Amino acid sequence: MTSDNKPAPLVLVVDDVDHGREIFAEYLEFRGFRVATAADGLEAIEKTHELRPDVILMDLSLPGIDGWEATRRLKEDPSTRDIPIIALTAHALASAHDKARAVGCNSVVTKPCLPKDLEQEVRRQLAARSGGAPEDTAQP
Amino acid sequence: MGSVARLDVLPSSRGSGTIGARVKLSLVDVLLAEPETRLCAVETLRWLARHAGIERAVCAVVDPESGRLTGLTGLGVPPAVVEAFSLDLSDRTHPLVVAMAGSEPIAFHDSGQILPRPFDTPLGKASFHAVPLGSSQQEMGPGLLLLAGAGDGPVSDDVLWAAELLGMRLAALGYRRIQTDERRHKRERSLLLAVIHAVTDPILLTDADGRILIANAGAETLLTAGDEKREGWRRAVALNNMLFSASLFTAERGPTRRELLLVDPSEGKELLFEVLSTPVAIRSGENGIVSVLRNVTDLRRATEEIEENYRRLRLAEAATRAERDRLDLILNSVLEPILVTDPAGNIARMNPPAERMFTLPGRRDGRDGRGSEIERRVQANDAVFTSFVSNLYAGQSLRWRGELNLIDPKTGATIPMEAISGRLVSKHGEETAVVTILHDLTEAMEKAVLYEQVKRHSEELREKVREATAELAGQNELLRRQALELEQASALKSQFLANVSHELRTPLNAIMGYTHLMLEGVSGAVNLAQQDKLSRVDANARHLLAVINDLLDITRIESGKMPVQAERILLSELIDEVMTEVEPVIAGTRLAVTRDLSPDLPEIETDRQKVKQIVLNLLSNALKFTPQGSIAIRLEHHGPAGEISIAVTDTGIGIAEENQKTIFEAFEQANSSYARRQGGTGLGLTICRRLASLLDGRIALASQLGEGSTFTLFLPAKSRTA
Repeated sequence: MTSDNKPAPLVLVVDDVDHGREIFAEYLEFRGFRVATAADGLEAIEKTHELRPDVILMDLSLPGIDGWEATRRLKEDPSTRDIPIIALTAHALASAHDKARAVGCNSVVTKPCLPKDLEQEVRRQLAARSGGAPEDTAQP
Repeated sequence: MGSVARLDVLPSSRGSGTIGARVKLSLVDVLLAEPETRLCAVETLRWLARHAGIERAVCAVVDPESGRLTGLTGLGVPPAVVEAFSLDLSDRTHPLVVAMAGSEPIAFHDSGQILPRPFDTPLGKASFHAVPLGSSQQEMGPGLLLLAGAGDGPVSDDVLWAAELLGMRLAALGYRRIQTDERRHKRERSLLLAVIHAVTDPILLTDADGRILIANAGAETLLTAGDEKREGWRRAVALNNMLFSASLFTAERGPTRRELLLVDPSEGKELLFEVLSTPVAIRSGENGIVSVLRNVTDLRRATEEIEENYRRLRLAEAATRAERDRLDLILNSVLEPILVTDPAGNIARMNPPAERMFTLPGRRDGRDGRGSEIERRVQANDAVFTSFVSNLYAGQSLRWRGELNLIDPKTGATIPMEAISGRLVSKHGEETAVVTILHDLTEAMEKAVLYEQVKRHSEELREKVREATAELAGQNELLRRQALELEQASALKSQFLANVSHELRTPLNAIMGYTHLMLEGVSGAVNLAQQDKLSRVDANARHLLAVINDLLDITRIESGKMPVQAERILLSELIDEVMTEVEPVIAGTRLAVTRDLSPDLPEIETDRQKVKQIVLNLLSNALKFTPQGSIAIRLEHHGPAGEISIAVTDTGIGIAEENQKTIFEAFEQANSSYARRQGGTGLGLTICRRLASLLDGRIALASQLGEGSTFTLFLPAKSRTA
């Protein structure tokens, strides 16, 4: 919970699997973040333009426009380029990770991933974007 | 040689004649008919023997040249004695000379009376009469008859008549002879002189004092000079005379031949003469020397030239002979038959191999028929060869090559021959010979057959090789396809595992996520019992995740998708990192974990992440399987080019020897139930060993059940893959 009137960071959770979205969304909201969700790449792009999230959790295996393509488009767009994107994938092979970094993902997290570990990564990316240390204030 | 007689000298009393006129006339007839002095004497002595009782007699005549009385013929006396009889008429006291001078016969008797001097007599010691031949016309008759055997009585009138007749006849003959001889002598002398002068070689006769008696023109030129000749000429002649006279001394004892250098007075040139000197009797008791000089100045030069030419000829001859011997040697050393044929087609020369084909062997035994068979074969060969050579003579080419079938004279086997003939033509285009070399083709033909066989075998072999190669290529292709399929299969397997991993992780994410949400109380509070059970769900999910990760690692190693990224690292730093990571685990135990780092540890070049994974794994295992005691990490450097070892020793449960080999196999754990309790996946050591192998290292194990274990990772001090 932020103590000042500054709104909590908005996290866009993109995942085609319902429980995937639900676990991270629920936990992050529980931890005080604002959360929006998208179920595919196209929706993720639309929501990003519409909501201007502070960080995006992007599952890579998505129907239609997949996570790699969506990331590539968002990173090509100057208006969305600066939004950190954390790739979330069940692919454990290095090639999948390398590909994700190549299209512009700021970090890659392998599933399964404990919600609290993910929260830590989100805070790290937010801190990196604002140029400061990760905020511990939201920690319980 | 007569014997020395001591005889009485008595005047021969004349006896009366008893021989009839007819008998006397017969002697007259004979003597008149006989022109030969000696035969007249012979006839007379015979007549005396027959009619006057004379037994032994010698007729001696006066030699007007020498002035001696010499034996002409004898009766009952050896001819040698007659011939040896010679008496000097100037010895006036000699009894026989005395007898010659008288007109009456003198009788010599062997009475032992001492004579004024002893003398040789051809009639020996017997008494004889010396009867001078008819002396009516001369002071001294032409000869003397010595007669014996008519008794000691006086010489009969018949004997005296015969002596007178013979004397007259001899005187007549002698006179005529002297007359003719003198004319002839004059003629011969002038002829002789003409001949001598005609001879260009100088010829001269000198007396004992070296004075020139006769000289021909050539000799006069050299050795005489009138006052009209110039000074040089005269001096040359004087010198020549001196030289010639000096050379004569050696010639007095017998014929000599010597060389003498004289001067040509007209030109002053030196001339070399060969001088032949022969002593001759000029007149009785006086010797002279005939010398013939032959100018050999040119001759000697010519002789020298001839000798030189002869020497050269001999040398050339020797060279030719040597060349010919050498040629023979060469010809004979050639194993193949060689024949030289003259233009008439006859074989002029052969070497031994040719002789075996074209001549009969020395042994000829026609009886068993074998010899004739050989002969027939030799003749057949000769016919074939002659026909071949005649081809060459018919044609124009210098060389001729052909094939002949000859017969081996010994065995009768046909020998195929290659014949190469060459004509030898002299410089003048004259054909001198044909040389033919025969080459036995039997072997070549056999070789050709063999070659064909070899070629055929070679072809077959090549065909087989080609087939084998094709088959091999097929198999290679098959293998390649199989390899490709295997590769594809392997890739499929890897993909499959990756997919499996992905599909497992997604639900695992949900399980772990929801469990976590519940444990965190996101969905409301949970009681302690629920919390405990959720923790078990979490632990099992984590174990499952570990298994999935390990499987993925193995797959990656096997499919070569785990690249080695070498860098220079300090192992001490790496151990620090590992210790930091396991610190929380160590803290949860009561184990003492020590580190022992050798001071000389160098930097090594290796894959940091993989070394760390191995050490972490070994240390985790040690922590898991050591209920109590201690764990020691020891790093050592074995030699400058050797290995670095990282040993993790624990005082844990240990591993039985029979399990020490299988411990590195996947899902093998020595104590499964215990291991499971400790959360091992059963893949850790498998991965460690494979990672070590990737780094050119290895892992060794030393352990005893209940006594603890030591796992040692050996790494090369410098990676070969770097």
